[in-house]
Amino acid sequence: MAERRFDPTRLPGFATVAVAVFVMLYLPIATLVAYSFNGGESVAVWGGFSLDWYGRAWANETVKAAALRSVVIAACASTLATVLATLAAVGVVRNRRMKGRAVVYMAINQPLMVPEIVTAVALLIFFASVRQATGYQGLGYLIAAHAAFCVPFAYLPISARLEGMDATLEAAAADLYATPRQAFRHVTLPLLTPGIIAGAMLAFVISLDDVVITEFVKSAGQDTLPTYMLAQMRRGVSPEVNAISTMLLLVTVALLTAFFIINRQTNRGKQRKRPQSLPSASRPWRCPRWPRGS
Amino acid sequence: MGPAQANRASWTLAAPALMLLLIGSIGPLLIVLVYSFLTPGDYSGVQRPFTTRAWEQVFLTRDIFDDTLSWADAHLTIFWRSVKLSVLTTVITFLLGLPTAWFIATRPRERRALWLFLITIPFWTNLLIRTIAINEIIRSEGLLNQVLGWVGAGPLNLLYTDTAVLIGMAYVYLPMMVLPMYAAIDRFDTRLLEAAYDLFANRWQALAHVVLPVIRPGILAGSILVFVPSLGAYVTPRVLGGGKNMMIGNFIELQFGQGQNWPLGAALAVLLLVAVGLALAIYVRVLGGTGRDDG
Repeated sequence: MAERRFDPTRLPGFATVAVAVFVMLYLPIATLVAYSFNGGESVAVWGGFSLDWYGRAWANETVKAAALRSVVIAACASTLATVLATLAAVGVVRNRRMKGRAVVYMAINQPLMVPEIVTAVALLIFFASVRQATGYQGLGYLIAAHAAFCVPFAYLPISARLEGMDATLEAAAADLYATPRQAFRHVTLPLLTPGIIAGAMLAFVISLDDVVITEFVKSAGQDTLPTYMLAQMRRGVSPEVNAISTMLLLVTVALLTAFFIINRQTNRGKQRKRPQSLPSASRPWRCPRWPRGS
Repeated sequence: MGPAQANRASWTLAAPALMLLLIGSIGPLLIVLVYSFLTPGDYSGVQRPFTTRAWEQVFLTRDIFDDTLSWADAHLTIFWRSVKLSVLTTVITFLLGLPTAWFIATRPRERRALWLFLITIPFWTNLLIRTIAINEIIRSEGLLNQVLGWVGAGPLNLLYTDTAVLIGMAYVYLPMMVLPMYAAIDRFDTRLLEAAYDLFANRWQALAHVVLPVIRPGILAGSILVFVPSLGAYVTPRVLGGGKNMMIGNFIELQFGQGQNWPLGAALAVLLLVAVGLALAIYVRVLGGTGRDDG
């Protein structure tokens, strides 16, 4: 046999399938965005480019209220989740011999492993009885629920950053007579900031996107943008839903791009073999995004 | 600081987060378990006595006239659809995901980040938006039927069928399969392939006997990341399956809404949780067998 010439990295047909997959991934999203600019009344027929539907969505008081509610909930929940996740990460990551470390780890990642619909009905039951007992009807339930499932997403980049940080800097601070509190305030916290920002951003996106838990926990008149869209889908697609989707998409992409830039700077100089933002193959719960809103 | 003191400090710092999770996630799950053993309330909610009625209802129906028990066909249909669609979703995403992950991992290092970013954008895009986007493609006047019309093929009535749900789930969960497989392929030593070729393996033999066994942890992780959420899927079957093509997730919702049978809903939720737990346990077990838990 003649010399076998080959490129071991090429498998026949793989590149073709891969490119087809990328096209298939983006085609529906592109179609949705394109149709949000459709000037025609009907969803089916292209009636020329127009920003009509954006204008209508913008003028719709229900949509505006839902958007504001989404942002308020996401801001409160992500702040709460980030603060608590930071405290927990500092406590857990720095103490490698901590007793019950695995328990804390499991508890923090628990929202990722339970199907969202199960958590949703569990919260429906729980908050229904709290509502009956206290009479409180506000956004507090939604904020608490969102904060809880945001904790693992906030925890992930913060603990990754902490693990990559040099603990000797804190030891040096202690040698220079800094109290633990001072060492944290002036050494650990500034170094941890990029991780905290990244964690807060992930938590914000996750909260903003949530459908299932919000749908079950909300009281009447507490729609967020995603639950409003879900309700609209009962009547099929409307160009207005496309316009709202496109705007939400834009917010997500903007936040993600910012996240990647921050994350890249965070990881720079750490000489890690794999980027932090990728899920490890053998531990799905370290994946940056377990399917929320399934 | 001694170890005991350090322990106490760690727990103190973790306590607020744990409290929040207890209120917002773990605690309510225990209440669901209790509810599954109660009797439906007159309007909604539950009342005593404690019974196993709900659990019996999961699989069996009692005839209202002669009190005989028979299999609850409607429930079994929904369970079967959930399992079937979840398995199919996992298989489809694997078949499409493997070439994609391989493609990304074999790009030049500088360009790999871009391809990864392209996979990550849909990964992070709101699942509801992606489901609506698929709806846009497959509905009767959607893009697919327009294209089919141009080539003279008849229109397909896909929307509100099991196939629509399957297409939707494969679409929304595909990135979950690609990312862990990419991570595994990225660490794959291509010299193994050269060795296989030297030993006269053809490409498919090399794929089956060298590549797949080595990247098995990535395949398993991807499969579990797709299978588990598929089984509990709620949004995709609701938007693409209509009212009829329910999966377990929608059926649970039905019991808490129109069905007004909270104990049955709770029992179904516990059942789903057990199924998912089982899948995760098998996953950990199988992965332990490979001895490659190096993540």
